[in-house]
Amino acid sequence: MTSNERAADTLVVGGGLVGAALAYGLAREGERVTVLDEGDVALRASRGNFGLVWVQSKGDGLHDYARWTRHSADLWPEFAGLLEQDSGISPDYEKPGGVHFMLSESELEAKRAQIARMHNVNGAAGYGAEIIDRQQLDAMLPGLGPDVIGASWSPHDGHASPLRLLRGLHAAIAARGGRYVPDARADQVGRDGQGFFARTGKGTYRAGKIVLAAGHGNTALAPALGMTIPLRAEKGQILVTERAAPLLPMPTHVLRQTAEGTVMMGDSHEDTGYSTDSVSSVIRDIARHAVRCFPAIARLRVVRSWGAVRVLSLDGFPIYQESPGFPGAFSINCHSGVTLAGAHALALAPMIARGRLDAQVERFTARRFGHATAH
Amino acid sequence: MPRRIDPEGATLSFTFEGRRIEARAGDSVAAALTAAGIRDLRDSAVSGQPRGIFCMMGACFDCLVEIDGQPNRQACMIPVTEGLTVRRQRGAAEVHP
Repeated sequence: MTSNERAADTLVVGGGLVGAALAYGLAREGERVTVLDEGDVALRASRGNFGLVWVQSKGDGLHDYARWTRHSADLWPEFAGLLEQDSGISPDYEKPGGVHFMLSESELEAKRAQIARMHNVNGAAGYGAEIIDRQQLDAMLPGLGPDVIGASWSPHDGHASPLRLLRGLHAAIAARGGRYVPDARADQVGRDGQGFFARTGKGTYRAGKIVLAAGHGNTALAPALGMTIPLRAEKGQILVTERAAPLLPMPTHVLRQTAEGTVMMGDSHEDTGYSTDSVSSVIRDIARHAVRCFPAIARLRVVRSWGAVRVLSLDGFPIYQESPGFPGAFSINCHSGVTLAGAHALALAPMIARGRLDAQVERFTARRFGHATAH
Repeated sequence: MPRRIDPEGATLSFTFEGRRIEARAGDSVAAALTAAGIRDLRDSAVSGQPRGIFCMMGACFDCLVEIDGQPNRQACMIPVTEGLTVRRQRGAAEVHP
């Protein structure tokens, strides 16, 4: 079609955390990969991410997801090391454990029941979370407000810099001979002889396999490859403070301190479509809740805020779909691009390299939504 | 050494690290320090390396100084007022739980 053709083993449509982690993993498997990324107008959930590598609370209702998340957290230390070796960029990963604050007895009881339920199913492969009381919490994380009565704590939780992770993945893909094409939104994808093509404003690209990792863009692209991928948008807003000396020894679900010293606050959930606007009423609630949990934060000034759109399936769990009608075509979506980066690079990418998803991830098929998946 | 394009205008004064600095009305703290030949405004909270002005328009957060006891102020965004006490910032802001 155009002069932009070059043989590749796999085309990855999407250069965010999901696409880049998969492309890096495929390149590690010895594949020639081409990553097609959109331009500055993209929604870019990866660049608005809070940065938790978070195991507790994931997968209630889909236990394979709890185990998969834990698997990724287990892979993260190795993954972070490999990434730094290949790219020279550290993703600033730390795994000091993480806490989710409980502010009422009923919240505490509900969490206690959830942990027991999850433990009964997954045992040692699950959260490894436990309820800790205020006294135990004070020893771990001094300075909490009086309304915090306890927390759930998991030693598998941690955090990383999403921006350094993304930059490191792109550098590592390049270091392993992968091709990254920016500003090349895939307008059309499809079967092409024995392989697949993606048509972009920069030309048409081809490869033996194709992986859709375009976030919300997957919904529009997947039908041409015989897949139906229903997604919903949900906005999260984040506040960032000035840099401060070490203040928070571990990440929490509402605030974390980065390696550079800024404190990030978040955990809002809004159904506002693809809007990424900052909204003062939501910012106020985020700040108020953060101050309630950790009062000293009120003395820091907020220097930045932003909104970003989560990529969620209808039940919140990942969608890993291989096309039944077009072997070699895959659609991959999740909202935990940081948490699952370890599993995406070191466990999912090898499956894609072999051309088939394993039983370990078969429950993440889009067929669970009851949509007909074309053959 | 930077030179003022227009040296006219009312003068104000403030201190930087105890030293008296002359400014013109309308100067930002960063502009007045630059005109006085002062480039080293802080140590990076990450690397400890010295930092100074960069974008001069509020975007880069490199020109942070302590003003009247408050750390991490953007020198390029704060207009000079008579008698400000400006100090070089060392490391990150300290907040005690």
